[in-house]
Amino acid sequence: MRLGLMALPVAFFAVFFAWPVAAIVARGLKVDGAWRFGRIVDVVAQSDIRHVLWFTTWQALASTALTLLIALPGAYVFARFDFPGKHVLRAVVTVPFVLPTVVVGTAFLALVGRGGLLDELWGVRLDTTVWAILLAHVFFNYAVVVRTVGGLWAQLDPRQEEAARMLGASPLRAWRGVTLPALAPAVAAAALMVFLFTFTSFGVVQILGGPAFSTLEVEIYRQTSEIFDLATAAVLTIVQFAAVGAILAVHAWTVRRRETALRLVDADSTARRPRGAGQWALLAGVLVTVAVLLVLPLAVLVRRSLDAPGFGYYRALAGEDGGTFLVPPIEAIGNSLRYALAATAIAVVIGSLAAAALTRRDAGRLVRGFDALLMLPLGVSAVTVGFGFLIALDEPPLDLRSSWILVPLAQALVGVPFVVRTMLPVLRAVDVRLREAAAVLGASPWRVWREVDLPMVRRALLVAAGFAFAVSLGEFGATVFIARPDSPTLPVAVARLLGRPGDLNYGQAMALSTILMVVCAVALLVLERLRTHRTGEF
Amino acid sequence: MPLSLLSLQDATVRFGGRAVLDAVGLDVAEHEIVCVLGPSGSGKSTLLRAVAGLQPLSGGRVLLDGRDQTGVPAHRRGVGLMFQDHQLFPQRDVGGNVAFGPRMHGEAKGERAARVRELLELVGLPGAERRAVTSLSGGEQQRVALARALAPRPRLLMLDEPLGQLDRSLRERLVVELRGLFHELGTTVLAVTHDQGEAFALADRVVVMRDGRIAQSGTPLEVWQRPADEFVARFLGFDNVVAATVSGQAADTPWGKVPVPEGTPQGPAALLVRPAGVRLVKPAEGLRCTVAARTFRGTHVTVHLQPRDAPGLEAACALREAPGPGDEVGVAFDAAEVVVLMEPSARA
Repeated sequence: MRLGLMALPVAFFAVFFAWPVAAIVARGLKVDGAWRFGRIVDVVAQSDIRHVLWFTTWQALASTALTLLIALPGAYVFARFDFPGKHVLRAVVTVPFVLPTVVVGTAFLALVGRGGLLDELWGVRLDTTVWAILLAHVFFNYAVVVRTVGGLWAQLDPRQEEAARMLGASPLRAWRGVTLPALAPAVAAAALMVFLFTFTSFGVVQILGGPAFSTLEVEIYRQTSEIFDLATAAVLTIVQFAAVGAILAVHAWTVRRRETALRLVDADSTARRPRGAGQWALLAGVLVTVAVLLVLPLAVLVRRSLDAPGFGYYRALAGEDGGTFLVPPIEAIGNSLRYALAATAIAVVIGSLAAAALTRRDAGRLVRGFDALLMLPLGVSAVTVGFGFLIALDEPPLDLRSSWILVPLAQALVGVPFVVRTMLPVLRAVDVRLREAAAVLGASPWRVWREVDLPMVRRALLVAAGFAFAVSLGEFGATVFIARPDSPTLPVAVARLLGRPGDLNYGQAMALSTILMVVCAVALLVLERLRTHRTGEF
Repeated sequence: MPLSLLSLQDATVRFGGRAVLDAVGLDVAEHEIVCVLGPSGSGKSTLLRAVAGLQPLSGGRVLLDGRDQTGVPAHRRGVGLMFQDHQLFPQRDVGGNVAFGPRMHGEAKGERAARVRELLELVGLPGAERRAVTSLSGGEQQRVALARALAPRPRLLMLDEPLGQLDRSLRERLVVELRGLFHELGTTVLAVTHDQGEAFALADRVVVMRDGRIAQSGTPLEVWQRPADEFVARFLGFDNVVAATVSGQAADTPWGKVPVPEGTPQGPAALLVRPAGVRLVKPAEGLRCTVAARTFRGTHVTVHLQPRDAPGLEAACALREAPGPGDEVGVAFDAAEVVVLMEPSARA
């Protein structure tokens, strides 16, 4: 039965991931029908490539550490404290994650770059330092930590910590001895996600890095689209692939060591008002961090979009666009929503099946390998996925080049790991004896899943769907390759507008980004509603 | 012999190299209430899981109504299992929990509602359908779990530590209720517990398990009166067990000569003296002991006695006659309360 569950996800990944990747690697490494593996050594030996590799790694490590440092207190505050406006704020911190990288890069440029807000106020510029990149990465991934760690934290039974206190542990000891071990898998999962995202960072580094800083992803894009050196791009892809594969293998191994069935309680019952000066100060600190780090860049973005009098930039979006697109840019909104909905549906179906198959504790080696495989699209560059789609899915039997489904498929590929990562911890924490109770009462394995697991993971499923939707909306690296000129998505439209000179185009890009931000915010607010207004019956 | 409803034949379950169930043979007749009694780790829960189909056998067979259940999944065996900590579905209300089984068996909605109503009345919770299971007390949860297990009309109902988490007075009341209920419904029951009081109050027949094997099987009275071996005796709370050599009408023990019932086989044996058979006499008239401690038991007092150079022993005394700690007393033995255990004691 488990193999049956896995069949669809495996087929999906074989056709839409393995095949395109194989195609692009062959395109790059095969010269006149012969494999030229020596090229790998040649390319990596180049000093500028070595420099790129080194920078890619250390900036990802630094970004991950900085994100954990700044976001873990936030995760705690969101999990354990109850304060007015919490649900809105939770959505607010998630918005940055779904913004297109290009927009975030530009927003930070407007904040810390030449002529930016800091430059105006204090003459401070960070755009020539690595700090701009690191801060933008924290901006992006704050939500990953808050959602992944905070989500579990909120459901941990506080009485476990109280029990440790009664046994003589200080608050810190109790936290370290009881809560931290329970959280560790979630922290590790979040850290891994952040590391992967920053390791393969593209848009942010492209804009804020300048000529000094270049990641592997930026280099692959440069080799592909500027120098047209597919062979070098393919070699770099293989290097990245290997590095990501190794990280994921280690991750899968460590997670398996530490997984335990946790005592989960209703998240709403664990939060309470902060007490004492320390807790209020912590809450205030987190709120200030959110305001300065997450809200300020977005505020600058919105202000820029309103620079033209009478919503000039917004009105320009609906007009005929002198050649950038075949259609008015405003149509990108509809395209993005349609694509994202389709991608979410695909990602949730594939991801849920995979998570259900992976839940079994007696999962064999094959299944565990599959777990790591599911994470690969996260690590492989989006550019590779998009380019691979373009060259692999353009001939019979699978000629999807002119089909609209191509874009949602690519976006779903990126969304599936989110669905699996979100569902798996909760599914695995479901008490196995509840399933047995249902089985003894006459429920077949399928009905057990529907009657016992599903109601319990409904919250996780909604969060997963929300993530998949948001990721699809903001997906840029792959979409830019395969979106048709007459039906661009929001991020693609923004990038094209940014690529053209002139204040009007820049302003329109800002306006369109603001719209994307609002769409995401609305989607997430709806999701937050669903999360809090859940009822007992499924 | 009538066909057993449940029959285990050489049922064996191994975890790693260890046999948790070791070639267990057990028959349960229709309408019978059998209680498996044993310390934790004796394999009794595994026994239930093997019958339910939640734990595959490493060897042997489980038969229900004479049919081999090998390869039949849990949801098709038609047996009920009440879990130790109830495992009520937290996201369903009381009615939803009880109706779960009938729903899985495709019963129509109207019938289901009637069945739920009937069962909740039966377990003493009429009209509780819409209550959240999280709002129930331990005793109420136990009743709902029972109603849920009974709802699909299982041919065999299995109970895993059915009253384990409840407080004592509630437990004593419920065990009487349960026995009445099962007899009224004619339910066939296989229960496991570590609590002998519960087992003796509930069961028609008690099966004592040790290390995956059956140590003794019999009516509560038989097991209580004639524990099969030292393990069973000690598990039932009898600590006055010593190695002895029987010759004639008496046995040589570390406590001196102890009279034995007529017709006792001669030779080495393990000897149990029930506390009621330990009479306190003047120090000079019997085995000289010091009173080490007293434990109040409600109807009587258990006096812990320490003879010189011999294992300690317990005596049951009337409240008023019990000596205080430090007192010197003498001990004499009553042949009627002496049981020679089947196996010679492994302890010297």
